[in-house]
Amino acid sequence: MNALSSTLAMPRLDLHDSASLLVSDQEAQSPARASQSAKMATENLSAWFGKNKILKEISLPIREKRVTALIGPSGCGKSTYIRCLNRLHEVIPGARMEGRVLLDGQDVYTRAMDPVALRRRVGMVFQRPNPFPTLSIRDNVLAGWKLAGMRPERPDDLVERSLRQAALWDEVKDVLNRSGTSLSGGQQQRLCIARALALEPEVLLMDEPCSALDPIATAKVEELIHQLGEKYTIVIVTHSMQQAARVSHYTAFLYLGDLVECNTTDALFTRPADRRTEDYITGRFG
Amino acid sequence: MLDHFQRRKITDIVARWACLGMVFLALVPLASVLYDLTLKGLGGFSWAFFTQLPKPVGETGGGMANAFMGSAILVGLGCAFGIPVGVLGGVYLAEFGNNRFGKIVRFAADVMSGVPSITVGIFVYTMVVLTMHRFSALAGGIALAILMLPTVMRTTEELLRLVPDSLREAGLALGIPKWRVILGVVLRTGAPGIATGIMLAVARAAGETAPLLFTAFGSRFLSLKLDQPMGSLPVQIYTYAVSPYEDWHQQAWAAALALVLLVLVLNVLARVMTRQPGQGR
Repeated sequence: MNALSSTLAMPRLDLHDSASLLVSDQEAQSPARASQSAKMATENLSAWFGKNKILKEISLPIREKRVTALIGPSGCGKSTYIRCLNRLHEVIPGARMEGRVLLDGQDVYTRAMDPVALRRRVGMVFQRPNPFPTLSIRDNVLAGWKLAGMRPERPDDLVERSLRQAALWDEVKDVLNRSGTSLSGGQQQRLCIARALALEPEVLLMDEPCSALDPIATAKVEELIHQLGEKYTIVIVTHSMQQAARVSHYTAFLYLGDLVECNTTDALFTRPADRRTEDYITGRFG
Repeated sequence: MLDHFQRRKITDIVARWACLGMVFLALVPLASVLYDLTLKGLGGFSWAFFTQLPKPVGETGGGMANAFMGSAILVGLGCAFGIPVGVLGGVYLAEFGNNRFGKIVRFAADVMSGVPSITVGIFVYTMVVLTMHRFSALAGGIALAILMLPTVMRTTEELLRLVPDSLREAGLALGIPKWRVILGVVLRTGAPGIATGIMLAVARAAGETAPLLFTAFGSRFLSLKLDQPMGSLPVQIYTYAVSPYEDWHQQAWAAALALVLLVLVLNVLARVMTRQPGQGR
C-alpha cells in the first residue's frame, strides 16, 4: 500500500491527455517504479454499436501488476471498454472502434497482432459464470489449451496450480471429473477465473465478476482479486463503488461514454476532482 | 330459460368432449394399423425370416435377409452423404448465415423438406441412374441423403442457435480460434440435440419407398456391391404385397411390422438421447 500512497501526489488527469502523460513525475524519475508503468493503455478509444457511440475518446493507462477498477452507472460503456482491450468488441455484428489500444507499447489493432494470440495474453472473466457444460472441471481449467489443440506440460500440475490460485482447489480436488456446471454459482465463477489463469495471461479483464454472486461468494472472489493483483495486471468493471474501493489501486469513472476522472482509488473516493464523480460516489445518481 | 352461467357450462362440456372425441378419432388409424400389423405380421417372424434369402418364385419359405441388409446399407450410405453436408450446412447457417445468402439457403431447405419423395427419386434417376446406365445402391443412398438433408440441416441450425453466446465468447476470450470454438464448444454442446434430429431423419429415410423404386430398384439377392441394384425393406414390402402369392403376403406383413418397430426404436432412442444427464424429465 505504500506504493499507493506514493502515487497519491499524482497530478489530476486531463481527459484528452495521451496515456504517456498520465504517468506521474515521481514514477518516471524512479527506476524502481518502472514496473508500475502502463502495461496497457488506450489512446482516444471510441466505440460504436451501429450508429450509437458508446465510448468517446477514452485515454487511460492500465498499470502493471495493479488493479484498475472502472466504475459508472449502467450503460456508461465500461463493459465495451474492456471488450475493446481483448478485441472481443469486434466480434459483435455492427460493432466497431477507433483509436489505439496498446499492450506493452504495441498497438493491438494492427495486422501484426493476431486477436487469437492477443486473447491468450489478455484473459477475461465474464459477468455470468460460463463454464463449458460439456467439459469436466479439470477440462474446463485446461480448455484454453485443449480446445486450441495444444497440450500444456504437466497438465495435472497446471490444473492444481490454477485452481489453487483461484482459491477453488480444496473444494473441488476430489470431484475434478464432474461437470463444470455441477458447481455452485460462486464456484463456477472461480472456475472461470482458474480457466483464464491457466493460460498465464499478462492481463486479466473482469466484467462485473461478482454481479451474479451472493455476498459470501462475492467476498471470496474479491479477496481473490486482491491477491491476484500482486501478480497480474487486472482491470475490473464494477457498478459497486464499495467493491472498487475494496479491491482496486486505481479507479476510473465513466459516465455516458466519457472518461470523467481517473486517479488512485484513495484519491478518487476522498477527493474527487469532478462534480459528476462526487455526485456519483455520494449516491446522488446512478 | 338457461341463465348465462349454465349456458357457459354446457358450452364448456360440449367443447371438451368434442376435443376428446377428435383425439380418439385421430388415434383410430394409428391404433388399428399397429393392431392389424401385429396380428398379421407377428406370425411371420421366424429365424428364417430374418436370416434367409428369398426362395425362388413358387417355393414357400425363405426370408428377407437381403432386404434387412440392403436397408441398412442404403440408410448407411444416406447418412454418409447426408449427415456431413447437413450438419456443416447447419453450422454455416447458425454461425455465419445472418445474411442474404443464409436466408436463401434457409428458404431452399424449407422448400426441399416439402418436396414429394417420388420427385427426389425421379431426380436421382435422371442424374445418377441414367448417367451410370444402371440402378445402384449408390443412387439409392444419394436419394435418401437428399431426403435427409433439409431435416438435418435445419435441426442442426436450430440447436446451435440455442447454444448461448456466452459460451462462444468464453471460448474466443481464451484465445481459441473461431473454428475450434465452433467444433469444440458449440457443436459439442448441441450434439445430443443434433443426434436426435439425425435419428428422426434416419427413421424417415428408412421407411421411404418412392425414392428407392427408381434408384436402388430392389434385388432378391444378398448384394454388397454398391454399383448394383439392392433390396430394401420398403421396396420388398411393396413388391410382395402386390404379388399373387399368399406366402409373400404373409412375409410383407411381417416386414412391415419389422419396419414399424425399427422406426419406433429409432424414435425412442432419439428421445432418450435428448435427455441430458441430471435433467431427467
